[in-house]
Amino acid sequence: MTALDHRLTTRQMAEFVANGFLRFDAIVPRDINQRAIAELEALNAGRLLPSDDLDAMRPPHSGTPLDDCYPEPSVIGEYLRLPQIRGIIESLVGRSPEFDHDWVHYIPSGGTFNQPLHVDANVDSLDQTFDIQMFWFCDDVAPGEGGTRFVPGSHLARVRSSGLHRYQHIVGEQQVACAAGSVFVFHHGLWHAGQPNPGSDRWMHKIRLNPTEPQVRLWNTDDFDGLQSPPTDHFFARMQSGGIAEILRSMPPWMGVTEYRNTQIQRSLLWRYLSGDDSFDVDYYLTRMEQRSKRAAGSVAR
Amino acid sequence: MSAASTMRQQVLSLWMAGSALDENVIAWAFHDGTNGTGPALPDPQQAGGPPYSSGLRALQDGWMLLQSAQLIPPAPGQERENSYLEYEFIFERRIDISDEANALDLRE
Repeated sequence: MTALDHRLTTRQMAEFVANGFLRFDAIVPRDINQRAIAELEALNAGRLLPSDDLDAMRPPHSGTPLDDCYPEPSVIGEYLRLPQIRGIIESLVGRSPEFDHDWVHYIPSGGTFNQPLHVDANVDSLDQTFDIQMFWFCDDVAPGEGGTRFVPGSHLARVRSSGLHRYQHIVGEQQVACAAGSVFVFHHGLWHAGQPNPGSDRWMHKIRLNPTEPQVRLWNTDDFDGLQSPPTDHFFARMQSGGIAEILRSMPPWMGVTEYRNTQIQRSLLWRYLSGDDSFDVDYYLTRMEQRSKRAAGSVAR
Repeated sequence: MSAASTMRQQVLSLWMAGSALDENVIAWAFHDGTNGTGPALPDPQQAGGPPYSSGLRALQDGWMLLQSAQLIPPAPGQERENSYLEYEFIFERRIDISDEANALDLRE
């Protein structure tokens, strides 16, 4: 099977826009997970060795096409070339993304470091384009044993990384718990943090990928027409059940009313970009403003 | 600080869903100047939930309000964007740790 057969559905894409992440449980075969640890150890050790140590394993250069990263023989490369992984990548950042960076996250048994909540990089999108970060958990992660903490729905807020440190707990946050071979895919803006690990040693590979093409309808759009909502889909007027608007209307428990409405607007803008439909809206926020401005300026006839 | 001082501060930050002190708590942080010798936060009513359901509940448990969130209009052009959690309320309570053993622990 090719990556084309594994592209995401429209519903999955909308869930990514709403929540800022997708999870794929045990999507990487057991054999690859088991062989990965030795290579991750080598990469973790080699990355920081002096550059004249020619035997050290190193990551690709930033900007390397993904297809050229980790050539055979490489277990990381095997993982990245799995059709089911490439289908996810292709849906979100296209067929020819570039390697931004990766990192091996090793939390030894008994590790106590409680990383503060943060975003990687800083406010780094002034438009709707986005990178993805893929978290590959090669080991089983039991609840409370070092899985990454993250805040669903936080990805579209414009914050600077260390400004989030003060939030020790947020209602509705999650901590990864999963079977070996699970992959979590984050929008680059999702708030997250490493956690203490009272369990056994835990290895995780995280990679950031940049798109090189417009991220417009790259997924399997077979279900698109049946799901796309009209701009009149409006909670306070007439709603249409089962469409994209319904998915984008989900309210994280940590949001107040203002944050929620702003989030609906930001989700709508992101979905406009992804779907190529500039009239898309949820609950009329964008349409109301756009129509009024045009009408008041006399450019739209009633 | 005077070596004789045995007062220590506990600081509780609560972020509310809205601008009022009696609205739902959506996030929290606790910093304990007593190094664990003072009273702890109450257990949450729901797993993963906050120690107090509102700022008012914290007042009723003896916390003193230090600072309320100011209402700051969004900058022009940023009216429809979110950033940090907006409604931050900071509380304190002062604990006398006059017990000598506790004081020794704090000087470590």
